[in-house]
Amino acid sequence: MRSLPLLFLGVFFTIASSWVGIVLVSNIQLGGLEPATPELTDAEGNPIAGVFFEDPETGEMRFGLNQEGVEAYPVPLVGAARRGKLVYEQMGCLYCHSQQVRRQGFGSDYERGWGERQSVARDYIHQERVMLGTMRTGPDLSNVGLRYSELWQHQHLFNPKITSPDSIMPRYAFLYDVREISESRGPSPNAIEIPEDFHPGPGELEVIPTQRARDLVTYLMNLRQDYDLPEMQREQ
Amino acid sequence: MSFPSTLTEAMSPTAEPKSDLWAKLSEVDRSMKVLGVFFVVCALLWLMAGTVFALVASIKMHNVDFLGDSEAWTWGRVRSAHLNAMIYGWAFNVSFAVAPWIMARLCRTRVRFTNIFLFGGIFWNIGVTIGIYGILAGHKVGVEWLEFPAYVTPVLALAFAFIGVWVILLFRWRQTGHVYVSQWYFLAAFFWLPWLYAMAQIMIVHEPARGVVQALTNWWFAHNVLGLWLTPIAVGAAYYLIPKVLGRPIYSYYLSVIGFWALALFYNWAGVHHLIGGPVPAWVISAGTVASVMMVIPVIVVAINHHMTVVGLHREGWASPTIRFVVFGAINYTAVSLLGSAMALRSVNEITHFTHFTVSHSHHGVYSFFTMIMFGGIYYMLPRLLNREWPSAMLISLHWWTTAVGVTLMVIVLAIGGFIQGMQLNAIDPETETAAFEFLDVMRGTIPYMVMRSMTGVLITIGHVAFFINIVWMLFRRPAEGSDSRPTLLTPGS
Repeated sequence: MRSLPLLFLGVFFTIASSWVGIVLVSNIQLGGLEPATPELTDAEGNPIAGVFFEDPETGEMRFGLNQEGVEAYPVPLVGAARRGKLVYEQMGCLYCHSQQVRRQGFGSDYERGWGERQSVARDYIHQERVMLGTMRTGPDLSNVGLRYSELWQHQHLFNPKITSPDSIMPRYAFLYDVREISESRGPSPNAIEIPEDFHPGPGELEVIPTQRARDLVTYLMNLRQDYDLPEMQREQ
Repeated sequence: MSFPSTLTEAMSPTAEPKSDLWAKLSEVDRSMKVLGVFFVVCALLWLMAGTVFALVASIKMHNVDFLGDSEAWTWGRVRSAHLNAMIYGWAFNVSFAVAPWIMARLCRTRVRFTNIFLFGGIFWNIGVTIGIYGILAGHKVGVEWLEFPAYVTPVLALAFAFIGVWVILLFRWRQTGHVYVSQWYFLAAFFWLPWLYAMAQIMIVHEPARGVVQALTNWWFAHNVLGLWLTPIAVGAAYYLIPKVLGRPIYSYYLSVIGFWALALFYNWAGVHHLIGGPVPAWVISAGTVASVMMVIPVIVVAINHHMTVVGLHREGWASPTIRFVVFGAINYTAVSLLGSAMALRSVNEITHFTHFTVSHSHHGVYSFFTMIMFGGIYYMLPRLLNREWPSAMLISLHWWTTAVGVTLMVIVLAIGGFIQGMQLNAIDPETETAAFEFLDVMRGTIPYMVMRSMTGVLITIGHVAFFINIVWMLFRRPAEGSDSRPTLLTPGS
């Protein structure tokens, strides 16, 4: 091969093709997604099934409009949940836990109770960091906020074996303060209950979640895709 | 000899006086000595660091109490430190060592302005060091393959810019009209990577795109680091080393053209198969699956070309450390790529996705294929740069057997464990219409495979230590009079 300009053009256009195709076109398709009500309406306010409706005048396909007076989903994370997401990111939770429910019939996500519906692109529009995950060494967490209590989450983070025997999840005990119960003030109301077998020293010690542990649990409790989106109606 | 004094003058290939044409290869080697040794040493140190992270992460998978109370060494961080040390530390540095050196030899030119390259290399390694520290300290970015904290990535991008510009300059200085297939691969790789890295950094870390577009960009990037950077570097190196060591021209020039362009066309679309079943448009997944399957073309073409060059010379090849490693890598390139095409099919992916099968596949690609070819490249390159031979054939032999057997076992163990894991995760009891296996039971079932994986990891570690000792020994020993006139070969039994 002697024609170097040709080589360079070829090399440039091959990578440009996939960037345009995978990144740019999906951005055009998905970049404008907004929170939506469970049902969308046409221009006159009549409910439509699905996401699009046909404009009666021009015959064009248009995006449906949100119903008035109905809450649109998803809602962004705020406050402690948002801080908790950073803890989730820094601890590398995403290397074992996915956050995506696949459709019924593809894998067993539905049968395992990981979600009542498939996750769709609109579920992720508020997330400044999208952690879909590629491993399921642990279960999917898209709806973990619906499955367990806050206490369960704290016990599980302090030592996963408390709630899940033989678990190979790392323990995040460093997110908890283990300290002596104050003699003057008595046990702290914030202390979490730890079963006898796993207690660092029952009687005189108590386990208090740090700010990071509380944030992380708030985030986990907010992981829930239990709202309806108009995409769901297209399936029917 | 007079060299151009300015950079612009140097960029013109015709500015060179004719007397400099056809500079001898040994002269090329001498001019690459400092660069080559610098990057080999950096790569070697990162390889050792990455091995330590790998062992810790692997042991933690079946023994959670190991370093269990340390925040910096928690699994999620060590795992990222391992990946980034191996990719940006080991794989990039060894690519900077081997590819430009082969490029310089094929260009038949003495290299100039090596300080640009060295400068880029020093900053690259400072950047990677800060990045690994940032991961362990908890400043990591939660995106696979892009974990380095945002404060260090501009340094890496800039460092790579220096290195990339220098490699393209090197190509401009070439003294030959013919451009060999390895040179296309290297040029393309050094052109592709900065685009990938810059786009990924901008669209994910610095100006995040909306929602799952990030995930699509993520896998477009991460798979292309393998497909458009590591793969062309290793395939290009194999295209140079196999004919060079065996003294026989490459089988078919025509096939190598097809192989190159098919790879360029298809590989860069393949990455989205990591999102099959996920909340992304179905058409993107279909395009990715088609491209993944089309990868069969370049892979088969390269396999034929490499195999036909080696065929009939297996005995000679077996004696050469370089050929042992490179041919092992080339065979695994075929194997891992065909397996990868199969894994992109929805029906197979349904089982293998989210399991240790994927981990098996990534080690098959980055280690059995890329790393083994790079080991072969170092075995060929260092004696020529240093003008002295490898001190110990025994250590080479040890390195060969432990890594070849170790990684093959690791890939098999994780593939079997992962496949069973995937089957059990998906199994549905038809009567109750619930999952047939409890999640914790599926997880318990993987633990024996995790233990075996750690054992294969120990084997590979032994090989790395042997490699480390051999290189350090080679760098510091004084060659005995006349002893280095013959290459270090392996006996058939070793």
